[in-house]
Amino acid sequence: MSTISREEVAHLARLARLEVTDDELDAFAGQLDVILESMKTLGEVDTEGVQPTSHAVPLVNVFREDQPRPSLPRDAVLAGGPDTVEDRFRVPRILDEEE
Amino acid sequence: MGDRTIDQTAAHMAEAIRTGRATSYEITEAHLDRIDAVDGTIKAFLHVDREGALATAREVDEAIARGEELGPLAGVPIAIKDVVVTKGLPTTAASKILEGWIPPYDATIVERIKAARMPILGKTNMDEFAMGSSTEYSAYQRTANPWDTGRIPGGSGGGSAAAVAAKMAPLAIGTDTGGSIRQPGAVTGTFGGKPTYGSNSRFGLIAFSSSLDTPGPVSRNALDAALLHEVISGHDPRDSTAIDAPVPPVAEAARLGATGDLSGVKLGVVKEFAEGSGAAEPGVVEAYQAGVEQLVKLGAQIVEVSCPSFVYALPTYYLIAPSEASSNLARYDGVRYGLRTGDDGKRSLEEVMSLTREAGFGPEVKRRIILGTYALSAGYVDAFYGKAQKVRTLIKRDFEAAFERADALISPTTPFTAFKFGERTGDPYQMYLADLYTIPSNLYGGPGVSVPVGLSEGMPVGLQVMGPVMGDDITYRVAAALESAQETLLADTAPEIEGK
Repeated sequence: MSTISREEVAHLARLARLEVTDDELDAFAGQLDVILESMKTLGEVDTEGVQPTSHAVPLVNVFREDQPRPSLPRDAVLAGGPDTVEDRFRVPRILDEEE
Repeated sequence: MGDRTIDQTAAHMAEAIRTGRATSYEITEAHLDRIDAVDGTIKAFLHVDREGALATAREVDEAIARGEELGPLAGVPIAIKDVVVTKGLPTTAASKILEGWIPPYDATIVERIKAARMPILGKTNMDEFAMGSSTEYSAYQRTANPWDTGRIPGGSGGGSAAAVAAKMAPLAIGTDTGGSIRQPGAVTGTFGGKPTYGSNSRFGLIAFSSSLDTPGPVSRNALDAALLHEVISGHDPRDSTAIDAPVPPVAEAARLGATGDLSGVKLGVVKEFAEGSGAAEPGVVEAYQAGVEQLVKLGAQIVEVSCPSFVYALPTYYLIAPSEASSNLARYDGVRYGLRTGDDGKRSLEEVMSLTREAGFGPEVKRRIILGTYALSAGYVDAFYGKAQKVRTLIKRDFEAAFERADALISPTTPFTAFKFGERTGDPYQMYLADLYTIPSNLYGGPGVSVPVGLSEGMPVGLQVMGPVMGDDITYRVAAALESAQETLLADTAPEIEGK
């Protein structure tokens, strides 16, 4: 039995805001199944009482001087955007969304 | 070594520039001409900045004429992987979603390269967002291995490795999340170093997996890499994971290693790497074993170490890295940079976002975003992501125990040599296996370097040296010692490339 279904992949793609095609769904479902199958081996490992590692070299209380610095020039930043208007990034319609 | 300008080591080039025997301008121009001659065949560069590189070179020559004291690599040109942002130079991470984006700032390591007065030749090709082991996932072009142009140059940093192997650059920058500096080094006969995580700054690296990403040097020998390592390393207040401690003396260690004396050095061989499905192909094992014998002749003592959790490193990595990637890549929303698709005035933000991401990301990036979304989703997060983080702790403990018995660990860098184009793209899991021996160091955070050790059926094989956290110096010492036992550097025996 497969670990992940085509429907699940479609759902995950939606959550990740990817408008995947039918062909991609077919391919990804099979490929992700192989990958997830290999991950099941982690279930064999006894991790009772083991603390998780989120970062390789743990550092605590990382501070820097709280000094004001100039930010990037507005025009330089806006120049990278796909659509800008009146010194702002223009975004598509955000109201009346179905979800 | 040949006698062309481009055949010299970076250390020699720097010395010639400092002492007035050569100018940075002529050295930089020689590399730009080499790019013109052979990059039509190799396709290592996504962008070449001839004017910018020559302008920096001219400034260096003028400064030297004025008698200014410059750094140890001043005037030596360098190529930079396209995942590192460069002010005013296109930066795409080889993705369509960033096509045409010109960063308004420099990464910290680029600031340091500029402060070191190194001319930047251009930006190198890679797997999209550094996800892959063959550079075939670049959205722009396929980079060829200079040893056999029908084969892959490794990945994700295949462009940097191929540029250095083909002598289009004496030095390059790579980034290593699971092996993306070391594996391309191994399969192109070049040197690749992944420094200790946090020993240099990630500020300005386009993020893939933030708890693993590490920039590092690509070169043709250990000393050149060590000199570059020292240029880019050190604390940076703009990266809260950067370690505030002195940089290990890697150049000194490379010079010590070059004397060819490893007496008193204990090298650990990881038992589990040689067992079962983890074993490398026979030609790789043969070349690696010959390297081990050379190390023993130089005085090193070999001890067997057991790291039982290493067999779980690959699945652990493929849960942690895609999870972090799915979060990091959420920023590509079609609003602030790069591509926007389907914005017809009627579609909603969410629809435009989904269409933009569908059009802008390639297949491997999509697979990893979906995989990461799965591993982080409610109901699975403890079983997958949480479990992987706990196994990561066990892998770290294995390293710590191994370093009680050995000064450094050695292994082949990758289980197989450069494969043919298309051989592994159909089955992602087969591609992932390329990083079997490099991934553990990323999960642990310690340094690892790949040094050329020999050939298998005409293709280069790398030997990996792994060190303890902030013990980068021992990895360079062992690698440089191995080089000293070789008659010529492997990179100098590569076949000549036919221009196109």
